[in-house]
Amino acid sequence: MDTPPSSRTPEALEAMSGRVLAARGKARQQDLRAEGEPMVWCLGGALAIGIVMILSLLVLVLWNGAITFWPRPIEVVHLSGGAVIAGEPVRSASWTPGPEVLAGLPEETRARVAQSGGTVTRTLYRVGNYDLYGDDFRWVADYQALSRDRPRDLVLIERLEWGVFVGRIAAFEKNGQRFETTDPHDPAIGTAHEVARQRWAEIRRIERGDIGVVNHHMERERLELRRAVLADPTPAALTRAEARFTAAETRLKAEYEALATQARTLRAENAKDKLLLRDVTGRALELPLSSVVRYYGANDLDWFQKAGVYASRWLEFLIDEPREANTEGGVMPAIFGTFAMTLLLVIVVSPFGVVTALYLREYARQGRITALVRISVNNLAGVPSIVYGVFGLGFFAYILGGNIDALFFPERLPNPTFGTGGLLWAALTLALLTVPVVIVSTEEALAAVPRSMREGSLACGASKWQTIRRIILPRALPGIMTGLILAMARGAGEVAPLMLVGVVKLAPELPIDGFFPFVHLERSFMHLGFHIYDVGFQSRNSEAGKPMVFVTTMLLIVLIFLMNIGTIFVRNHLKRKFKGSQF
Amino acid sequence: MVAASDLAPARTSSTNPTDFGTTSYHPKTGGKGAALSIERFNLWYGRTQALFDNTLDIEEGMVTSLIGPSGCGKSTLLRAFNRMNDLIDGVRVSGRITLSGDDVYANGADVITLRKRMGMVFQKPNPFPMSVFENVAYPLRIDGVRDRTLIAETVERSLRAAALWDEAKDRLKDNALGLSGGQQQRLCIARALAGDPEVLLMDEPCSALDPIATAHIEELIDELRGRYTIVIVTHSMAQAGRVSDNTAFMYLGRLIEYGASATLFTSPKMSRTQDYVTGRFG
Repeated sequence: MDTPPSSRTPEALEAMSGRVLAARGKARQQDLRAEGEPMVWCLGGALAIGIVMILSLLVLVLWNGAITFWPRPIEVVHLSGGAVIAGEPVRSASWTPGPEVLAGLPEETRARVAQSGGTVTRTLYRVGNYDLYGDDFRWVADYQALSRDRPRDLVLIERLEWGVFVGRIAAFEKNGQRFETTDPHDPAIGTAHEVARQRWAEIRRIERGDIGVVNHHMERERLELRRAVLADPTPAALTRAEARFTAAETRLKAEYEALATQARTLRAENAKDKLLLRDVTGRALELPLSSVVRYYGANDLDWFQKAGVYASRWLEFLIDEPREANTEGGVMPAIFGTFAMTLLLVIVVSPFGVVTALYLREYARQGRITALVRISVNNLAGVPSIVYGVFGLGFFAYILGGNIDALFFPERLPNPTFGTGGLLWAALTLALLTVPVVIVSTEEALAAVPRSMREGSLACGASKWQTIRRIILPRALPGIMTGLILAMARGAGEVAPLMLVGVVKLAPELPIDGFFPFVHLERSFMHLGFHIYDVGFQSRNSEAGKPMVFVTTMLLIVLIFLMNIGTIFVRNHLKRKFKGSQF
Repeated sequence: MVAASDLAPARTSSTNPTDFGTTSYHPKTGGKGAALSIERFNLWYGRTQALFDNTLDIEEGMVTSLIGPSGCGKSTLLRAFNRMNDLIDGVRVSGRITLSGDDVYANGADVITLRKRMGMVFQKPNPFPMSVFENVAYPLRIDGVRDRTLIAETVERSLRAAALWDEAKDRLKDNALGLSGGQQQRLCIARALAGDPEVLLMDEPCSALDPIATAHIEELIDELRGRYTIVIVTHSMAQAGRVSDNTAFMYLGRLIEYGASATLFTSPKMSRTQDYVTGRFG
């Protein structure tokens, strides 16, 4: 301990500490592992990769989703063979023509291709006119194109059938009277189009609304007859029921006839207004104005007109029904179906998950059996979701639903009511799928309630249940909400099991309507996730479905995001209430 | 009458180096009789015995403090009074504790009613995450009291008794977690008083508080003296001397000495007590 006085001078001390530091620095350099520096780089790198992947996915989806509805110009391309095509350029890609393609090319073109290393650029054009060409899209290689230009009189027409039309307006007929005009912005066409569309909407209202009501009554009478027959199979009763049914049938048929005539009249009027069109090659086409959804001179739009088309397409997408095998039109039923199912899922899963977790954590004796139950619950979360779909179909739809049908809806058999996939069974299946998430997070939330809270309540003479209800549950609610958010996100994004238990390509009837009992949980429904799969992989032309896939994906992401934001908002509000209780 | 005593493993006291023999004192300090009576009480956490053969009477209307070094079992004994130890797995007891003659550990004893007769204040203030008013009203709420005026009166009376009314009367609707630490602890005392208990159990109520808040609580204990039987566990011998009428000194799960505070601190009978109160160990 005794140090000579000379070495205690500040300089000496400084030198000493410098030596110590130097030695340490050396040790640091020698043993990187001890510092853990490489580990930190690895962790940071992994995080960065994850963030980059998620961000690029989001950017890809959002960017493609955002530009899909923006109107594009139409190019007219004169091809080397003398042919001419018109269409929206969709994208360009480099391409290596195969030997069989090269063999069919003239000598100098072949030389040009060879010069550029055998790779050329080609452009995909959306030429439309499926009824004329048999295809919506066409690839044009650079060497084929002699000239490209954008004439101002070209028009793009979105039709109810056969996709888009690309070409020129030759004339239009109103009430059988022909008007010569080639201007797509002619106000006369605009007015006539609006009138025709209104008539079309009226026809749709009659057919879907009024005739729908008649059909509903008709079906009710038929069921009434069946029920009467099932209840009392004597001839006398049968005759009575049949007489009643015939009377009702006659009345309803008359109603139907009146409505159908009304619709027919409107249709006949609509048939008199039409556009006479010509594609770029000069082929003529007649198109009723009422089947034109939207038309615009694609090369003759200023920014505001383009924005107008963009907005109107978005509006149609969000509030309308799909058409053309889902590749066009809107996704309103799918939005509604997704939302309704997720809501139902949360309503089912929260009490089940919370009650299970409460029992497991608060009441069950912690031992081997509880541990086993816990492991099983955690493993449930790892079962492939399609297995849940099979279970849901077998147990919920066929066994439960079959018995419900036999008990409550015998008159509808053999048509199933609950005995097939539907909104309720889909929600229950997904609830089963997501209940482990809720149980685990609820258990954690319950365990995180400070012991002092429980003791405080019990010391006041509260029973265990009172303590749980008044102190523990409110305190654990934010954690439980977190579990629900996770369950919701998982449930809303799940597709595979839904395909078995109630999601369909096209559901004309929403699960909520004006007929008693207003909420029809047995109905099949549409779902955004399935819509993506259907449009992207099951439609006539995957290229045509691609933009819809992006837009629908974007919509699904936004929908889940909004639902999560809503729940997170509620949770944070609750959390603020309990802030500082960790004292 | 003796619960769970058959389950307790017999231990031969002679082999235990910490065995000081059973000590029992019944101090005559003018109390009205025993509010809590503890007879040969043993407690085990699993296989570890935490309390050995404790026998003492807590005088009614008096302030009794339990002192001793950390881990001596004073908190365990306090929590044994209202059976808070039941929450811990593997706790077994033998012996008898009676509250005004009612056996706390009797078979079929109504724990909830017993706990209502004993208010408890914990080491850390633990107000519930609700309003000040609802915190104090909690014992009435769980009793299913609906009478608004009765609840309001009880809340005011309890807050006044806990010397918090003047500070809290304008903040009744505010979240209790917004109060200061000392106020929170007085709120917990008010909550314990709202249940109209016979006994107030305080488990180191000042250990998480600053000196000013501690002084507040000590004044409050002084005011409550006589109206309630108070048992206070404390680390601070000075505090025990200031607030309590009687003091029990515990060491390694045993009651070493029990008597009037004045006597115990000035002329302890046992040498260990002497060592502890003079600061030679602890």
